[in-house]
Amino acid sequence: MAYKMLNGNTAAAEAMKLAKVQVVSVYPITPQSPMSERLADMVASGEMKAEYIRVESEHSAMSMTMTAQLTGVRAGTATSSNGLALMHEVLSMVSGTRAPVVMPVVNRGVAAPWTLWCEHGDSMAQRDMGWLQFYSENVQEVLDLMLVAYRVAEDERVLTPAMVCLDGFFLSHSMQKVDVPEEELVDDFVGPYIRKNGYLDTKDPMFLCGLCGPEDYTEMRYQQKVGMDNASKVAQEVLEEFEAKFGRKLEIVEGYKTEDADVVLVALGSMCGTAKYVVNKMRAEGKKVGVAKVTMFRPFPVDQLRKVLAGKEVIGVFDRSAGLGGQGGPVWSETCAALKDQSSDIRHYVGGLGGRDVTIDNIEKIFNELLEIKEGRRDKHTQWIDLKDNPMEIRQVIKNV
Amino acid sequence: MQKQQEKHMSKLKKYSVLGPVATTFTASDTGSWRLERPKVVFEDCIKCGICAQVCPVDIVEIRKDEKECVVFNFDYCKGCGICANECPKKCIMMVPERSEV
Amino acid sequence: MYDIQHESKGLVSHGVNACAGCGLELIARNTMEVLGENTIVVIPPGCGSLFSGYGAGAAMKLPGFQGNLENTAACAAGIRAALNAKGDKETTVLAFAGDGGTVDIGLQSLSGVMERRDKVLYICYDNEAYMNTGIQGSSSTPYQASTTTTPTGKPTERKSLMEIAIAHDIPYAATASIHNLRDFRRKVQKAKDTNGPSLIHIQTPCPTGWRYDPARSVELARLAVQTGAWILYEYENGKIKVNMKLKNLKSIEEYIKPQRRFRHLSQEDIEELQETVKKNYQRIMDRLEYMEGTV
Repeated sequence: MAYKMLNGNTAAAEAMKLAKVQVVSVYPITPQSPMSERLADMVASGEMKAEYIRVESEHSAMSMTMTAQLTGVRAGTATSSNGLALMHEVLSMVSGTRAPVVMPVVNRGVAAPWTLWCEHGDSMAQRDMGWLQFYSENVQEVLDLMLVAYRVAEDERVLTPAMVCLDGFFLSHSMQKVDVPEEELVDDFVGPYIRKNGYLDTKDPMFLCGLCGPEDYTEMRYQQKVGMDNASKVAQEVLEEFEAKFGRKLEIVEGYKTEDADVVLVALGSMCGTAKYVVNKMRAEGKKVGVAKVTMFRPFPVDQLRKVLAGKEVIGVFDRSAGLGGQGGPVWSETCAALKDQSSDIRHYVGGLGGRDVTIDNIEKIFNELLEIKEGRRDKHTQWIDLKDNPMEIRQVIKNV
Repeated sequence: MQKQQEKHMSKLKKYSVLGPVATTFTASDTGSWRLERPKVVFEDCIKCGICAQVCPVDIVEIRKDEKECVVFNFDYCKGCGICANECPKKCIMMVPERSEV
Repeated sequence: MYDIQHESKGLVSHGVNACAGCGLELIARNTMEVLGENTIVVIPPGCGSLFSGYGAGAAMKLPGFQGNLENTAACAAGIRAALNAKGDKETTVLAFAGDGGTVDIGLQSLSGVMERRDKVLYICYDNEAYMNTGIQGSSSTPYQASTTTTPTGKPTERKSLMEIAIAHDIPYAATASIHNLRDFRRKVQKAKDTNGPSLIHIQTPCPTGWRYDPARSVELARLAVQTGAWILYEYENGKIKVNMKLKNLKSIEEYIKPQRRFRHLSQEDIEELQETVKKNYQRIMDRLEYMEGTV
């Protein structure tokens, strides 16, 4: 093992190198661009033995990754925001043809309004496309979850592509000390790519992704559902193996000081680090609060979340996406459905959109609200936690007609 | 191809593949679409083979040594009439399907 | 490996659900015969996907993939990249798309492949509209042709795919026609042997969409060339070769009269169309001859 200073982008690139990805087709987009550049550098220098394709769009990037993987090699791409939105159409082709592609997604809000900065709206918009989704808390997790994702996605019980999400700038551009495992250890863990389903090979021809009638479509969707169902169990096995091999414990849902907590906040991604800090700060003041960190959002970890939140009367859920038109954001909706047999008061918080920092103050405010609700001293909560006072009047124009 | 067809004769081990994968090489009953069928006036035929070349379905066979030197596979012939239209000797007629003409 | 349940002469099934007299069927068979078994095919949705089959049944004995409508070239390039990674330089990767999937929605990914010099053989079978979805106009629909989305005739000229390919200076590009299959097969072979991107743009008479007697598919392809509505030429390593130079163009009426997609044209319209076709032919020929170095 060797420690390296890496940011989320270079950590993801490092993971792709360690997993011996053989075809890279990637299109630059802020804040993922340094990852594209790093991959290009590694291929150019021979550090990474791969074909690098400088594509003309994310749509093509995803398309090439898909067919390359179906031709029998481990292939990789990465994107963010509008790039992920452009890939949308191909994402379901990848999952539908059971190509177990692993893709880092650098979370950034989708335009309009144009933003370059972090929120989960881009990957949340793709949550029903049949991909596994992991969310990273820090740079170490980016690297670790990438390696884990290859194993889970490529498992023959799963055969489902995976996104490893990392918060734009907060992780993608933040330099952290990362324990980079030895190549041999990763070889042993990830292993060479073995095609386990359909493939494109002239020695054994088959036609993939032809037109499918109503007589088989339902069954193929069901096959995907089974893959998703299996993914939870497989991920658990893989995480245990990962811990044994690399000495780092990752959990599908991590309960941080939840056991004796009066109130718990459910969160994803880099804000979990801040939330854990707040938990410690408030506990020092005698307030028993905890965080449930959802590492794997797809498939939604119903059992694991239920376990962590069992018996909790008041729960807060932080969505870093707006969930427009829904009853709440995607994490809140899923949490409510998971806890439907438990009479919890589940409060919905939206914040951290378009790069707005999820601050210590705001998380503390959430916990205090939840505690007051629990004690019966408060009824309403502040759903849009970091909203300005005058949201409807932030821009004024002089009308000329 | 030959290899594949030979293998077809032997028993193949089958395994499940998930998702949309075509696994059998098949044909539709396109012969049933036919409204007209080609009929050759063999005496006029010069066995040039153009009818076979331009047949979209590739079901025309030239048998140079036989009297009935042009043979159609009516299992698949759609009756489009390109063979008749392109025949340099105009010795292919399109006749109504199931007629005795 | 396919379970072979039907005996066929070539790599394509005889019972393909293409319309009677379909020009594409002739193209598909000849293409696959020239390319042979060591080929991986990408076919987007469209008439071409009839040649991959339906459900569990395939109509070709080749490995293939049906991508999205606009990423045919990218899907082919991905296969090529994986083959390269595996050290396989021999297998042909064929992208086989219609005019809509090529010059409209697929142009961007095709441009990417051509610019990057990915070794992909791209065949655009041009039936001059979105035929599989019911004859909607594309940017390759010719001037004045009626489609369901250009009911009074298309007001603009078609996009020139060849000139787009030439602008990318790819090693090999050619137009072709089903009335000269020998020439087409030669071009497919040449494209197959090209070390880099190659493109063949072949006019594909469509009895259903052009609304003519299916028996006349090959005849109309011939007339398109003889009237100057379709020009046969090649671009190879920077050099132009016009395959057929015509001293006198046949009257466009001979070509359009059998096609009911031009039925709405008045005599005056036909005369104007004749002028346009002539002018276009001359314009392209002048340019080609200039590039050929013969003037």
